Amino acid sequence: MGALSAIRGVQGVSTGGHVMASPLRIVIAKPGLDGHDRGAKVVARALRDAGHEVIYTGLRRTPEQIVRIAMDEDAQVVGLSSLSGAHGFLFPRVCELLRDAGLDDIVVFGGGIIPERDRPALHEAGVAAIFGPGTTSSEMVTFLDNLEF
Amino acid sequence: MNRRELARSLSSAESIDCPKRTMEPWRVLGVTGAPGVGKSCLVDRIVSQWLDRGERVAILAIDPSSPVSGGALLGDRMRMSSVDGGDDVFFRSIATRNLPGGIPVRLDRMVDLLVHEGWTRIIIETVGSGQSEIRIVAVADRLLLVEGPARGDVIQAEKAGVLELADLIAVNKSDLQGAEKVADEIRLSLNFSDNEPAPVILCSAENGDGIGQLLDTIDSLPSARGPAIARSRERLLAHHQEFLLSHPDFSDVLKGFSEGRLNIEEAFEILRRG
Repeated sequence: MGALSAIRGVQGVSTGGHVMASPLRIVIAKPGLDGHDRGAKVVARALRDAGHEVIYTGLRRTPEQIVRIAMDEDAQVVGLSSLSGAHGFLFPRVCELLRDAGLDDIVVFGGGIIPERDRPALHEAGVAAIFGPGTTSSEMVTFLDNLEF
Repeated sequence: MNRRELARSLSSAESIDCPKRTMEPWRVLGVTGAPGVGKSCLVDRIVSQWLDRGERVAILAIDPSSPVSGGALLGDRMRMSSVDGGDDVFFRSIATRNLPGGIPVRLDRMVDLLVHEGWTRIIIETVGSGQSEIRIVAVADRLLLVEGPARGDVIQAEKAGVLELADLIAVNKSDLQGAEKVADEIRLSLNFSDNEPAPVILCSAENGDGIGQLLDTIDSLPSARGPAIARSRERLLAHHQEFLLSHPDFSDVLKGFSEGRLNIEEAFEILRRG
């Protein structure tokens, strides 16, 4: 038992590293006809490096497909990226379909080129946060860390 | 159980409470092969054909977790257009969560649940490198090894291992030069073995050539297959590994060991007691 009590002693000592007990499962999705996914891939990578499990959908998914993917993958978070200008339709549609599917506990955030004036309506529709150009990855990670499930 | 309940249950496979699946009829196809040989695209083809034949198909796609952050980027489904629609197909990405051997025990329970819920075909797509490629035989009823042209010397690349355990080998990208030659090399190498050699099929996920023949061959494989000892060995090892890893003090022991406060015997002794 000496060895066991020796290791008990290390509990609470910080290693400096951030090890997650159970990683979040996050779907990063590209809704609609938009071929620009550099941003989505950078976000996916950053969230992976923060210790999360990130499922990337690939380009041009319909809101129905995204909801389906979120369900099958048992995701807690869905991130939507749009640079085509269609966010005003696509983001609320995803939120609506998630609610219809009984998945309203899934947190939705958005990113891409989303003009300031469009944001209140998106928040109203259920988008919890919007990260535009210039957002640091640590801002996003902090947002996710503060979510409660 | 509806689709959402199924998806939720798969997340906590440890607590899955359903009967163990029977080995007949066969249900589970393991698909392995080096990165870049076209596993995902081939799986996409197989899935659409099975759907056409009236099967209910579930895909479990395994990708590695980062050993540094513990996170994972799971991108297999972006290569599979057949999986995002229809009630008869289910796709789940799985991170290894740094369990060496690619989580076979948890996977086994997930497969049991899927079979219990009426899925008639289950495909497990592996990471494509490392020990998990062999461990997959602990779960799959049939193992498909995917190869491709222009990978250098196939036999050298495979060495001993998964090539010996595969029930059949698909040489993908038959639309490219050199595929025929690779298939010949593999056949030649398999002929040195004492066992009945595994079939080698040329196919192309790109244009669909040979996919029908591949599926017919998978179906017609004899059910009492190859090296049962090797499979059972992997099953046993996987179970033991899972046992050690699931010890409540595992991370403390690991830390103690890595910081030199425990030697390896002491560390193992603690975990072994369960």
